Amino acid sequence: MLKAILGRKVGMTQIFGESGRAIPVTVIEAGPCTVTQLKTAARDGYEAVQIGFGSKKIKNTTRPELGHLGHPLPQLEAQKKRAQAVRARARQEARERGESGLEADATNEEAEQQTQAERTAAGRRRARAASSALGPFRVLREVKAEDGATPTVGDVVKADIFKAGDFVDVTGTTKGKGFAGVMKRHGFHGGQRTHGQSDRMRAPGSIGAGTTPGRVFKGTRMAGKMGNDRRTILSLEVIEADPERNLLVVKGSIPGANGGIVMIRKHLER
Amino acid sequence: MSTLIDAVEAKHFRQDLPEIESGDTVRVHAKVVEGNKERIQVFEGVVIRLNGTKLNAHFTVRRIAHNVGVERTFLLHSPRIDKIEVVKHAVVHRKNLYYLRGLTGKAARLKERR
Repeated sequence: MLKAILGRKVGMTQIFGESGRAIPVTVIEAGPCTVTQLKTAARDGYEAVQIGFGSKKIKNTTRPELGHLGHPLPQLEAQKKRAQAVRARARQEARERGESGLEADATNEEAEQQTQAERTAAGRRRARAASSALGPFRVLREVKAEDGATPTVGDVVKADIFKAGDFVDVTGTTKGKGFAGVMKRHGFHGGQRTHGQSDRMRAPGSIGAGTTPGRVFKGTRMAGKMGNDRRTILSLEVIEADPERNLLVVKGSIPGANGGIVMIRKHLER
Repeated sequence: MSTLIDAVEAKHFRQDLPEIESGDTVRVHAKVVEGNKERIQVFEGVVIRLNGTKLNAHFTVRRIAHNVGVERTFLLHSPRIDKIEVVKHAVVHRKNLYYLRGLTGKAARLKERR
């Protein structure tokens, strides 16, 4: 149905192929992903499917995201204070009428119980299970659907969209290398180590000509921030796909550190 | 490490091989492909190095062939190994027996352990 799935890079190992050769492989925990939104050309200007992967706590989720996923919104601090003030005033008035405060509370018991369900963790869990709310997910990403496929919100995507022998493109964020010199960043060769050189070993050398043009050209390769970029590795062979264990094994390496979020898409023939 | 990685590796481990140690004299029956035929080649020598863990475990066997020292490294769990015979054990005081490379003839013998 979908052409893509989100996953977590678990790590690399090697296994033996049919001919007995050792194959380097990357193990990915792929899915399960849930379809959270459908974008249509009519409403959004383009066709896409939004899917969510992983989980996070409600308290770490923004209210816009909770609303988007169909959760009841937690009370704001201001709302809590206002409700508290209303209850306090009710007690005060009851006391002035000569009744005990406890009885006034008892009349509010029903309303109280409702908020109780909202307030306790177990109550919130029950409320969530009963509702059609999704997630909240660690990541939400948009992917394309297969031509002719009609996914619906709430559908679960698993690793079985791929099978052994398929080719996939894997997108992830590369490991950050910090501020790197030209040898590491651009593969420059550095300077001479001998013949009387000092502190030229990793230097970039000349960065341009003299009076003409009298400036350094834009795009000249120099030292700078390296890594932590979105990168896609094309055409990796799928060695194993197991939807039960959410397992996807691809041949070769993929971007990012272990534990990083990656997107696996069907390879486009070009 | 990760259970998911262990699960992927699990079915590739071989249980049918004897335990080998540094200093052992072994006969490794390796499958070799010549043209389009496959046959078994025996490589007999002393294990001078054990390295790696899990599926990556490998060992190096050294022998003297036609007066030339030859070393060959095998992946322990490789399906290209038909079988391993341990011919004899030896008393050795280190894991990596690189000192054998500089020795020839009588000096390169190891004391047998039974």
